[in-house]
Amino acid sequence: MIVRILGEGQYDLSDEAVSALNDLDAQVESAVEADDEDAFRGALTSLLDGVRTAGVAHDADSLEPSDLILPMADATLAEVRDMLSGDGLIPG
Amino acid sequence: MSMWQRISLIFRSKANKALDRAEDPRETLDYSYQRQLDLLAKVRRGVADVATSRKRVELQVNQLTAQSDKLQGQAEQAISAGREDLAREALTRKSGLTQQIADMKTQQAQLQGEEEKLVLAQQRLSAKVEAFRTRKETIKATYTAAQAQSQIGEAMSGIGEEMGDVGMAIQRAEDKTAQMQARAGAIDELIASGALDDASSLNAGDDISRELAAMSSQSDVEAELAKLKAGKAPDAIEAPQDGGDIVAAEPEKTETSGETPA
Repeated sequence: MIVRILGEGQYDLSDEAVSALNDLDAQVESAVEADDEDAFRGALTSLLDGVRTAGVAHDADSLEPSDLILPMADATLAEVRDMLSGDGLIPG
Repeated sequence: MSMWQRISLIFRSKANKALDRAEDPRETLDYSYQRQLDLLAKVRRGVADVATSRKRVELQVNQLTAQSDKLQGQAEQAISAGREDLAREALTRKSGLTQQIADMKTQQAQLQGEEEKLVLAQQRLSAKVEAFRTRKETIKATYTAAQAQSQIGEAMSGIGEEMGDVGMAIQRAEDKTAQMQARAGAIDELIASGALDDASSLNAGDDISRELAAMSSQSDVEAELAKLKAGKAPDAIEAPQDGGDIVAAEPEKTETSGETPA
């Protein structure tokens, strides 16, 4: 699978690696819903580290879209909430 | 649906909207390519803007550091003149500057980070734009209406995602830079107003700075006096003494020999 970390680029990850990281993804999401800044920061950092560790950089000149997209490392909780609502930062 | 799936779906729907606009699919390719080049140019300008802000903050850090060193020197002078009150005042002002300098160094590091991110974003986007250009030419050369839509869709969704990502990065960098520009502007005004010059900054400092300045010129005079008393002639007159042999070698240079002691 191709996973993009916004602001960093795309990584290739095995399906197993992605399933292993699903828990962390859920933690980020529930922290956003609970508006819990500390839990959000910790979970997002662990999730992005997990992607960087388990993945390898995808070819720079590939035009393939990503299967999954993650917020940038310094994203705020509010920014991620906006992203999920679809009318936030993502340029149309 | 998980968070990362939701974010990628939102990206894809935005990329597809851009695709739906064109009537002839080949025009979509050219239109998109033009937007890619525009975005690349925007990223390059962004890199330059952030670099300019960073250099401005660096310059200010240097100015404030020089000011801080000067206050340190004044404090030392005051102590050796037995004026603890003046030394305290100078050090108090210095500590205010120290906080300011630390804040600005943090800003400088943040701007450096933004600059590096944008440079990388520029490299990533360049690689994809070049790949898109090649793909675009291939699709146009072998164009059949039946294949076009899916081929173009594939090429567009990948580049669309990259453009969305880079567009976001540049927007965030601009926002951060704008905040720091405002603060840098305030510091520049402070420096230009002379409020940070000498120990005369902050309220009620005029007398103290005058005393410090007076003390400084006083101690310069004392130092000169001490030199004279020690029998050392100033440097300008010393030099020809060492060069006595030059005078001997060139006796016709009367103006030089005039300065040479017997």
